[in-house]
Amino acid sequence: MATLKELSKQDELLSGGHRLCAGCGIPPIVRLVLRAANGPVVATTATGCLEVGTTIYPYTAWRIPWIHSAFENAAATISGIETAYRALKKRGRIPQDKNIKFIAFGGDGGTYDIGLQALSGALERGHNFLYVCYDNGAYMNTGIQRSSATPYFSNTTTSPAGKVIPGKQEWRKDLTRIVVAHNVPYAAQASPHNWADLSKKAEKALNTEGPTFLNVMSPCPLGWYTKPEDSIKWAKLSVDTCYWPLYEVENGILKVTYRPREKKPLVDWLKPQGRFKHLLTPENKPLLDKFQERVDFEWQRLLDLDGKRI
Amino acid sequence: MAITMTKGQVGLTGNAAIAYAMKQINPDVCPAYPITPSTAIIEDFSGYVADGAVDTELITVESEHSAMSACIGASAAGARVMTATSSQGLALMWEMLYIASGMRLPIILTDVNRALSAPINIHCDHSDSMGARDSGWIQLYSETVQEAYDNLFQAVRIAEHRKVLLPVMVCLDGFITSHAIENISLIDDAEAKQFVGEYIPRQHLLDTDNPITYGAMSLPENYIEFKHEQSRAIAGSKEVVLEIGKEFGKKFGREYGLFETYRLDDADTAIVILNSAAGTTKVAVDALRKQGMKVGLLRPRLFRPFPFKEITAALKNVKAVGVLDRADSMSGFGGPLFSEVRSALYDLEARPKIISRIYGLGGRDYKVKDAVEVFGELDRIRETGKVETLTKYITL
Repeated sequence: MATLKELSKQDELLSGGHRLCAGCGIPPIVRLVLRAANGPVVATTATGCLEVGTTIYPYTAWRIPWIHSAFENAAATISGIETAYRALKKRGRIPQDKNIKFIAFGGDGGTYDIGLQALSGALERGHNFLYVCYDNGAYMNTGIQRSSATPYFSNTTTSPAGKVIPGKQEWRKDLTRIVVAHNVPYAAQASPHNWADLSKKAEKALNTEGPTFLNVMSPCPLGWYTKPEDSIKWAKLSVDTCYWPLYEVENGILKVTYRPREKKPLVDWLKPQGRFKHLLTPENKPLLDKFQERVDFEWQRLLDLDGKRI
Repeated sequence: MAITMTKGQVGLTGNAAIAYAMKQINPDVCPAYPITPSTAIIEDFSGYVADGAVDTELITVESEHSAMSACIGASAAGARVMTATSSQGLALMWEMLYIASGMRLPIILTDVNRALSAPINIHCDHSDSMGARDSGWIQLYSETVQEAYDNLFQAVRIAEHRKVLLPVMVCLDGFITSHAIENISLIDDAEAKQFVGEYIPRQHLLDTDNPITYGAMSLPENYIEFKHEQSRAIAGSKEVVLEIGKEFGKKFGREYGLFETYRLDDADTAIVILNSAAGTTKVAVDALRKQGMKVGLLRPRLFRPFPFKEITAALKNVKAVGVLDRADSMSGFGGPLFSEVRSALYDLEARPKIISRIYGLGGRDYKVKDAVEVFGELDRIRETGKVETLTKYITL
């Protein structure tokens, strides 16, 4: 893997000047993943913050061939591109020694929800591509509506913390496990605060033959009601509280890639975020406890599987 | 599937003929999903792939939405791309149809016409392709298996023409044409290959040395300009359709225009109708002509773009026109073909009387007697100059 110094000398494939918010987790994720390709790369992006923020005509922040077609079909679109590559290579219209990597980016709405079918299809068919989900926990681009990735009890515009219902009532969908159930050769969870871990996983994924998947925690100051300058800090805390465990599944073997030296209480992560403000009142203490219990349960399940063939 | 020819002719179903044309075209990529009645196209084609008769990359996607999405990805990557579908499949693609045309991608789709749910029905009508009529796709309709087969080759040339660069939909009637065996003439493999040529895209996603961005967001400052360009391109494609139809005729002896007219030159009354039902109507025309009635037919081949001027000229001397739609636009004012023809005739000084009749939905038979009845009604309108019922369902 490249060192930080080496990475800093590589060409920037997503230029500055795009319109993503200050403190958004997406650009560092995209830049690290693109750098890990270390060669020709073609990408697609589902409708969402990344697409809207990087390509307002006549400008584009992408210095690689890139396409956006719709919301629910990033995996199907990349399937078409990757298949065209194989077809044209076979017919000699692309040099045999040219090796292009293919990446699809999508947010949690475009991946966990509306894009799940296309993703499942592409994984099952075994296209040679990497799917990167930047999970910021809601439909941030349309104004913070709940998705199936939204954390427990989170206050969103469609799961508001009201007088009767205190935010989102359902536990989040565990997409990484769903992807792993497709028996893909490589899938992992990562976070932009740990650039080395994310880079390593992206590199591994991009150098694996077949469909691979990265689910990356992506802080969103707008939807989390946090300060832009603190984003990376809260990304780190999502991992240190074990809300967002870093792990990978390589050829069926699960490996926890980071164990916090000291597992922080969940409330440390929730407290600074406006979306969980209502959980900090004395009457909602049972909800907070319930949330913590579930996080502990999920973390333990993962630890039980560490090093095992799943 | 083995194809046996006798005296240059071969008996094929519409689906088998389309699959055979696809085999001869040998596209780079074919993303597809099964749906009745178009399934056999992809089944036959999968056989060609499995036997190595083509080296196309088949993507057996998990939905029609993904089929069209993969078509878009592959086409933007510089591949020649084809797919086929019907009914709900086309409806599920609807979102992506607009994106394919908006991105000016020359994708080819065969739509085997089938009714839309509800109620669910697997038989023929045109509500599927009519639902996609404003999606920016060029639409070619086919009366026979031969025409559907011939249209597919022309579709490739039209779509990829530098002045056009738009997706093309070839439509044929579900079951009536897709499952009926007809004796057709096949084009020689080498000539077919030569006719369609090789697709050389001007730009594509796999040219990593020259990165391009497809599908950027366009705001009010420029969105309408993109649509204006697209609108001009589809309007201009009419000339290309004619040019390719002529070239096809020169090479293979079967010339195609924007529409077909049948005994229309001196006709007092005429039926305008799409696809296979035109064949039935021609039988009625012949029978009534024998009885001395001056009746004729106009069968549009190109529905998008709609050849307004040419159709106006062809119908200007007719006294009464019946436009028969195998789809209802639910406007309360007749079918989609009727709306276009009626609009086309508006600029005439002396306009023919015109009626809309909706027939054959969900595969209901349209018989010679149905056409004869419409001609009878048109004749009364010709005599009296009065339209009593502007729009109604027939074949009920």
